[in-house]
Amino acid sequence: MSNDFRSGRAAIVGAAESDLGAVGDAYSAMDLMAQGVYRALDDCGLGIGDVDGLFCATTQNRLAGLALAEYLNLPEAYIDSTSTGGSSFMGHLVRAEAAIAAGLCQVAVVAYGSTQRSLGRKNTSRPEWNPYESPFKPFLPPTAYALAAARHMHQFGTTREQLAEVAVAAREWALMNPVAWEKNPLTVDEVLASRMLSYPLTIRDCCLVSDGGGAIVLTTPERARALSVAPVYLLGSGHCTTHQTISNMPDLTNTGARVSGSLAYAQAGLTSSDIDVVGLYDAFTINTILFLEDLGFCAKGEGGDFVSGGRIAPGGTLPVNTNGGGLSYCHPGMYGIFLLIEAVRQLRGQCGERQVNGAEVALAHGNGGVLSSQYTVILGGAATV
Amino acid sequence: MPTPNVDARNDTAPYARYVQHLQAGELAYQFSTVAERAVFFPRVRCPYSGKDCLEWRISAGVGTVYSTSVVYPRTGAPYNVALIDLDEGFRMMSRVVTDDPLQVIIGQRVRFQSTVEEGVDDPIPVFHPLEHQA
Repeated sequence: MSNDFRSGRAAIVGAAESDLGAVGDAYSAMDLMAQGVYRALDDCGLGIGDVDGLFCATTQNRLAGLALAEYLNLPEAYIDSTSTGGSSFMGHLVRAEAAIAAGLCQVAVVAYGSTQRSLGRKNTSRPEWNPYESPFKPFLPPTAYALAAARHMHQFGTTREQLAEVAVAAREWALMNPVAWEKNPLTVDEVLASRMLSYPLTIRDCCLVSDGGGAIVLTTPERARALSVAPVYLLGSGHCTTHQTISNMPDLTNTGARVSGSLAYAQAGLTSSDIDVVGLYDAFTINTILFLEDLGFCAKGEGGDFVSGGRIAPGGTLPVNTNGGGLSYCHPGMYGIFLLIEAVRQLRGQCGERQVNGAEVALAHGNGGVLSSQYTVILGGAATV
Repeated sequence: MPTPNVDARNDTAPYARYVQHLQAGELAYQFSTVAERAVFFPRVRCPYSGKDCLEWRISAGVGTVYSTSVVYPRTGAPYNVALIDLDEGFRMMSRVVTDDPLQVIIGQRVRFQSTVEEGVDDPIPVFHPLEHQA
């Protein structure tokens, strides 16, 4: 994003999930995406006729923007259906904000939908043949993250128990989220004893495979003022693409989040110590450790220690993934939209039992591919603009 | 000047050239004479300079395990997937061939072999532990 970015050019006014969990294979990805859009519009008091910007991605429709325009009957809407994997929606938010500032649209929705659980991963996210990787049968994406975890363990002495602490903290938050998929407590020993998928990651080190969708709504500051909701603003953002395939990642223990985070902090004029509530794309337990380090919440190599002893769990010193995360709340293929929804709700004070008191600044960090695309956004309430 | 379509030959594609070397038992990579560093996977031009400065070289086939995992399929035996740093300065995904895939360790020295795998059209590079070093 250019240096002349200033916050307050557009406001996030609506946020909502579709039905989550297991919706059944008669539903389509577009059903859930549209359901998310309608609910997010209901959330802020706007109607479908107000929408003139569509920002979306899904693995189940190659032409996602066209599919959403068709479904919602919005032939003239501005469309951006760029895909950077799970981080797509951070990019959509940034470009929706810029599009509104540039006058390309006035009411934009950022939306996602997936029926990955009901249809099966093989049917919703077809693997692509890569002659330099596929013959060795990595179980992707888990094996890519397992390679990063193994390297982190080798370099810094991180342990499987510390990885498990991430899953346990996510579960504790999920137990306070009524729509989270997981409903029962989890222990470190249970994580370690669960089925190994790709060493050192067990199935409990890996995100859920669920159905689900959701959306957020952005509009001009003028239109936002006419609505009876507390606006949320984009304060800064940054993106970095270090690779697509894991064999081309320059350093498995240093992600592009270091760059994306620095850009976002610089743009917002903030540091990690200013963040009240943290959302990190936890497709795998190693992600949370890597992103805490790369986004400056602890030093490189100390992420394993940092997540131990309940520090990122409810009652800890840093609230991370308060919705329960991709590990325990929901993870329908691409998870970025859900980080945005939770950040908006935390800043509005709508999170009930899991609400972080006085949350004014939220960081939502998206990850796409296999640690490939790192997209950081920092959001704040009206007092921060 | 663009190459006319009539002269386009598939066997000059970067991957095709790489496979030709594997068929000869060689691990080939590219070297950028501008950036003075190895390039892998093979490309049509140098990713560091954008220039037409890539020359093909043959690796000595010796490298170090950069990271390693063991995949546990629902059916069948667990198997190794590893990232190997070749001594010439490039990294690739492969497999270290051992009896116990959990015994593959980061930092281990390994040697390349071209092999033919059932169900895969082209030969692939795998690695074996180097014999005990003094």
